[in-house]
Amino acid sequence: MSAYIVKRFLLMILTLIGMSIIIFVLLRLMPGNIADIMFDSAGFVDPEEKANIERELGLDQPIPVQYYEWIRGLIVWDLGFSYVSEMPVVDELQPRIPITAKLAALSLFFSVLFGLPLGVISAVRQNSAMDYILRCISLSGLSLPSFWLALLILMAFVQYAGTIPIYTDPPDNLWDELLLYSIPAAAVGFRSSALIMRLTRSSMLEVMRQDYIRTARSKGATDNSVNYHHALKNAVLPVTTIIGIEAAFLIGGLIITETVFNIPGVAHFLVEAILMRDYPIVQNLVMLIALVTVLINFLVDMLYAVLDPRIKYAD
Amino acid sequence: MGYLTRAAALGLGVAMLAGYAGTALAQKDGGVLKFYHRGTPPSGSIHEEATNSTVSPYMGVFNNLVMYRQDVAKNSLDTIVPDLAESWSWNGDGTELTFKLRQGVEWHDGKPFTSADVKCTWELVLGKSKAKLRKNPRKAWYKNLEEITTNGDHEATFHLKRRQPAFIALLASGYSPVYPCHVPPKKMRTNPIGTGPFKFVSLKQNEHVKFTKNDNYWKEGKPHLDGHEWTIIKSRATRVLAFIAGEFDMTFNVDVTVPLLKDVRSQAPHAVCELVTTNVSYNLIVNQDNPPFDNADIRKAMVFAIDRQAFIDILADGEAVAGGAMMPPPSGVWGMPPEVLEKVAGYGPDIEANRAEGRKIMEGLGYGPDKPLEVKVSTRNIAVYRDAAVILIDHLKHIHIAAELDTVETSNWHAKVARKDYMVGLNLTGSGVDDPDSNFYENYSCGSQRNYTGYCKEEMEALFEKQSMMTDQEERRKLVWEIDKKLQEDAARPMIMHSKGANCWQPYVKGFVTHVNSLYNNWRLEDVWLDK
Repeated sequence: MSAYIVKRFLLMILTLIGMSIIIFVLLRLMPGNIADIMFDSAGFVDPEEKANIERELGLDQPIPVQYYEWIRGLIVWDLGFSYVSEMPVVDELQPRIPITAKLAALSLFFSVLFGLPLGVISAVRQNSAMDYILRCISLSGLSLPSFWLALLILMAFVQYAGTIPIYTDPPDNLWDELLLYSIPAAAVGFRSSALIMRLTRSSMLEVMRQDYIRTARSKGATDNSVNYHHALKNAVLPVTTIIGIEAAFLIGGLIITETVFNIPGVAHFLVEAILMRDYPIVQNLVMLIALVTVLINFLVDMLYAVLDPRIKYAD
Repeated sequence: MGYLTRAAALGLGVAMLAGYAGTALAQKDGGVLKFYHRGTPPSGSIHEEATNSTVSPYMGVFNNLVMYRQDVAKNSLDTIVPDLAESWSWNGDGTELTFKLRQGVEWHDGKPFTSADVKCTWELVLGKSKAKLRKNPRKAWYKNLEEITTNGDHEATFHLKRRQPAFIALLASGYSPVYPCHVPPKKMRTNPIGTGPFKFVSLKQNEHVKFTKNDNYWKEGKPHLDGHEWTIIKSRATRVLAFIAGEFDMTFNVDVTVPLLKDVRSQAPHAVCELVTTNVSYNLIVNQDNPPFDNADIRKAMVFAIDRQAFIDILADGEAVAGGAMMPPPSGVWGMPPEVLEKVAGYGPDIEANRAEGRKIMEGLGYGPDKPLEVKVSTRNIAVYRDAAVILIDHLKHIHIAAELDTVETSNWHAKVARKDYMVGLNLTGSGVDDPDSNFYENYSCGSQRNYTGYCKEEMEALFEKQSMMTDQEERRKLVWEIDKKLQEDAARPMIMHSKGANCWQPYVKGFVTHVNSLYNNWRLEDVWLDK
């Protein structure tokens, strides 16, 4: 097991190095740079002034030198300054990361909270009215674009409650925070919960046809015991993989949700930074996302062994 | 003056005084005015930007030497009033403009304001100072400014190369604040210091910009507000819904489009909304350096294809207005009136006849229904640009031009235009000041960085100079119409329409007047108060 962990750890580092190169090169392949964009708000481009800005920001250096400077900075935790705000990258990212992390965690929580039990119910009541209703709901969850759903929610609030659940000021306490994030989290979690529900259902149906389930029933085990103790425990394994992947994919859904609900998290900030070609923000943030994704995958792999005793990682 | 006239005048005077006193007495101090903002301002340095994203929130941080009256909707030379200057005077030949400056004014950091700051500011803009602006979009405005001299701490003189009576109009714009000498340009971008009614507090990207009252403001009793805050909301749907829900006191500067205004009026009938001309025009930039548009005839033919009323009806529900380079009356001071405008080639009311003229030119050049001229119409990938470009493409078909839409990521637009990497571009141009000097020198004069097409004619330069030097404003207006007509017929930057946009506010917001011929000059906010 320990050899496996070391091997995975080394693979993680290699993945991150590869990611850093890809991010760095892709960003520079995009047309235009921050100097072009700065001049956009001035309504013209002055080649001399543009060259001065590029020199000031080190963009006139050869690409390998720029890459080396970035990696050197990463190692000593000097992430540089945002080109746009001229503030340290750390100061820009630090307050935003917890916001997105909370939103993502809450979304994931809603996804699992609704997706897993409803998937089980749908499976154990296969072909019943309840199953059809749940399948319809899950299908709509997969089909409705989250930005559309988010806007509908906002319009409904304005129309019927005379208020709008968007972020304008930081919440005063935990309860306010929970209230503020729960609606966007539900909007973005709807899709994931639908996916989890459908996967749980199909996985449960497969498991429930297994011999050991029949054996459990013949031994007189109750429905609840069969469904939740014997079947679900085995059916949940592929669902765990999906939850891990969804956690990484959530960032995509959050971009839209943060924009529509005006939540100042990193997802929306990342898109803005890409549009502004704010390299220091984008590079460091994407690296952070890559790190989190790699770590989640690692944790999911470790969780397999915990959930299924048959799985052993060879040394 | 007859008795009745005198009595009426006296009555009017008493009524005005009573009205003024009533208003003055009713004004309440306190409260924070809450706006939404459409996006993070690129910086807090007004001299480095050419966008209302910066001017609207930051104008209250600063003072100008002179400014346009905030309570009069239409800017003109007659509405310019003193600000940091107590008075101004011209020398005999109109080449020296001297300002007597107020005493006892302090910057937000407590340092005294002096004539050295005035000198520093315009030397910075002229590029003559040691400190440099990163970007300098209004350099062209001050083409005629030779130098600034000071006489003691409270007098500054602008020396012009030649007479320019409207020079003061440029200084009155929201784009012309006085900067402190002792604060470097970098700090002005991130943490601006001014003498204005509001102090900058903080800017958080994608979140907010906040300003607080300057308790030491030199204008007694002002500002009335404790501050103003701008919450940044990128999604237009969200921010308009938030205004409707009462989350904000006011919308962003003309952010409410004509179609959206209908929604606001129906869903928030209590809101006060003013739909105004913005002095932002839709126009075409045509690459005259490369074929096929290096041929003046093709450019002229293109002008004949445009049905301006169709643009106005489709894009602005009939609310926008047609005009030339200068914004048309009644909102504009210098634009051609309809009877003059319709005599300009391509502006005639008979669209079919115009297009027949265009087709004739194109057929003379060998193009026809079976052999159309293939071009690309480039524009920013934003709805307001894209929609107009699509209509243009349809219009061009009528004169044997088969155009294809080329959408450009907005952040790359100016870089593409600067490289002249386009054939026809659909563009929007905002004018900071409704005066020919700013518009002609910025957009049509040889060598100006904002003259995207590089239009440059000696004859026109001479006319620009001539109108600029005229003191009789009525005579000047006639010459300006003549220049404008020539610009349109030269297809220097063919005009499509002058747009309109609305500001909306909750009924308890008082003392704000939307200006009808510039977006950029009425955001000092020192007279605004909340009747709560």
